[in-house]
Amino acid sequence: MRKIFGQSLTYALLIIFGFAMVVPFIWMLSTSLMTQSEFNKNEAIFIPKEEYHVWNDAGKEHKVILVDTKGEQAIIHVLDEDGQISPDYQEYMGVPASEVELVSKRPSFHFENFVNAFKKVPFATYFANTLFVSILTLMGVLVTSVMAAYAFARLDFKGKDFIFYLFLSMMMVPQPIYVISSYIFLDKFNWLDTYQALIVPWIANIFTIFLFRQHFKSLPQELFDAASIDGCSTFGMLTRIVIPLSKGVIATASVFSLIGSWNSFMWPLVMTDRPELRVLQVGLSYFNQEASTQTTLLMAASTFSILPILLIFFLAQKQILASYAKAGLKD
Amino acid sequence: MKTKRKIEPYLYLLPALVILLLFRFIPILMSFVISFFDFGVTDIGKFLGFAHYSRLFGDQEFWQSMMNTLWLVLIALPASIILPLIFAQLLNQIKWLKGFFRTIYFMPFVTSLVAVSIVWKIIYSEQAGLANMFLQWLGLEPQLWLAEPRGIFTLFFQSLGVQIPGWMGGPSLALFSIIIMTVWKGLGYNTIIYLAGLQNISKAYYEAADIDGAGKLRQFFNITVPLISPTTFYVLLMTTIVSFQTFAQIYMMTDKGGPLGTTKLIVYYIYEKGFDKLDMGYASAAAIILFIVILGLTLLQRRLESKVNY
Repeated sequence: MRKIFGQSLTYALLIIFGFAMVVPFIWMLSTSLMTQSEFNKNEAIFIPKEEYHVWNDAGKEHKVILVDTKGEQAIIHVLDEDGQISPDYQEYMGVPASEVELVSKRPSFHFENFVNAFKKVPFATYFANTLFVSILTLMGVLVTSVMAAYAFARLDFKGKDFIFYLFLSMMMVPQPIYVISSYIFLDKFNWLDTYQALIVPWIANIFTIFLFRQHFKSLPQELFDAASIDGCSTFGMLTRIVIPLSKGVIATASVFSLIGSWNSFMWPLVMTDRPELRVLQVGLSYFNQEASTQTTLLMAASTFSILPILLIFFLAQKQILASYAKAGLKD
Repeated sequence: MKTKRKIEPYLYLLPALVILLLFRFIPILMSFVISFFDFGVTDIGKFLGFAHYSRLFGDQEFWQSMMNTLWLVLIALPASIILPLIFAQLLNQIKWLKGFFRTIYFMPFVTSLVAVSIVWKIIYSEQAGLANMFLQWLGLEPQLWLAEPRGIFTLFFQSLGVQIPGWMGGPSLALFSIIIMTVWKGLGYNTIIYLAGLQNISKAYYEAADIDGAGKLRQFFNITVPLISPTTFYVLLMTTIVSFQTFAQIYMMTDKGGPLGTTKLIVYYIYEKGFDKLDMGYASAAAIILFIVILGLTLLQRRLESKVNY
């Protein structure tokens, strides 16, 4: 009995906390589907609802704006199909109040917010840029990290410890420390405002090297001994033993790299200026400045930019969560 | 054959090494060098020695940014440890829907800061924001949130009818709003780390405590908390480092660190000096100070950890 009570309490708490975690997302989604006036009306609603008046003109229904009611008389603006005040009628028209009716529709989803956000801002370009940068970065990271980690984990060479500690100490320097000097440095290369500036500095990732090194070290020595007897080269061992046995950790690193590039903001903000080069996050930040009052469009754009990562996350949540947990528990 | 052996390992290392030396090592060194020079946009000016550093010392805005950042760390740290530990403890006790809840809690962590900053900015909007709707529902006064420069302690005591001196005001409600959002964003990650830590604690301890008649609460404080402390140190370190680097929220949600500079955090300060005011030497000096602070705290936590480890 006590156990059942304890379990229900646990679930109740988890649901309350869980609700607090997702409420911003739910609200984002629902706001992205509202009309702006509906949002401004400030009714605590999660399900978009639309309210308008209809004037029944002898069987023909018109959408109208109710300006005022005076006794039996209602003063209305008659609207045309685009929601503008119709020129075919008097601007302030008096009709019997009984012919005007309040209609409320719920749910009423305004997917056109997404279309309108896309019309205002070339999100497709931003999306393509982000995808391009993320994928090239990922490919670079995988190649350089597999190779470097292989050297650290399986080969002997002079200065190994020194280079290892050099990498380790560089990893501890946060990005804001060197973003200004990087800007100056890339300027000397004439790389500002290019795709290279967004990709090349990030195609080596120290964290990924360490992640791979740990895994490569754990592979059984016997495999390498046997391969060595069969005359397998060092490179052959990498391609035939190490990589096939590291699919899990490579997938993990890929997810980290993709999420990292997709969400990176300060670097592309600083290194690029041309609108054609904007990645999604930078484009979104400009849209945030330009459309600061168009709440529903902003929410639509946010929803759109979050969706791909959330989709990947939902599809592979078990593996992704396990990866984060594993990478967090060092040695 | 022999020389090939010697060179080959370096060939594997080469691509990563070249990239990291060029785009990480050199810029880090350059940061130090630039901080001693007068530096406009592209051209190095004259050597100034420690002039930037002494100017920083007298720069009110710099100290305010440091103070603001310290408030963020001071408030975010306990919240980012206690809440995830509770979440993890709860998650560890259930069988049904465990994956579902883990996914829900982790969602904010994988989404982009820029997008969720937009969402939270609208949540905090005065007119139709969710935050004020919530206060209204609780029967409380609506707040200005991101537009409120007054300290949270000032506001709290004011609502009780007590005036407190300005220096006791604490972080502004605007900064506090950003702290809430920042904590929300990181909770899921720490929860997952704690959950993994909890699963590493042997059940035998709890069974022994059960036999001795220790209650669940005592078990939590006397077994779980001490045995999870390595995880706590890791979470502590990561949260500190990440908190010091907070930038996107400030850029997206505030008007250049306003109101009255109360949400200007140190990385935003560096960004503004470097890329808005184009005083890159000065901005680099501030970056170096930030680096020293982070490094100092990292070393301090390492020392503490070696003393407290079980």
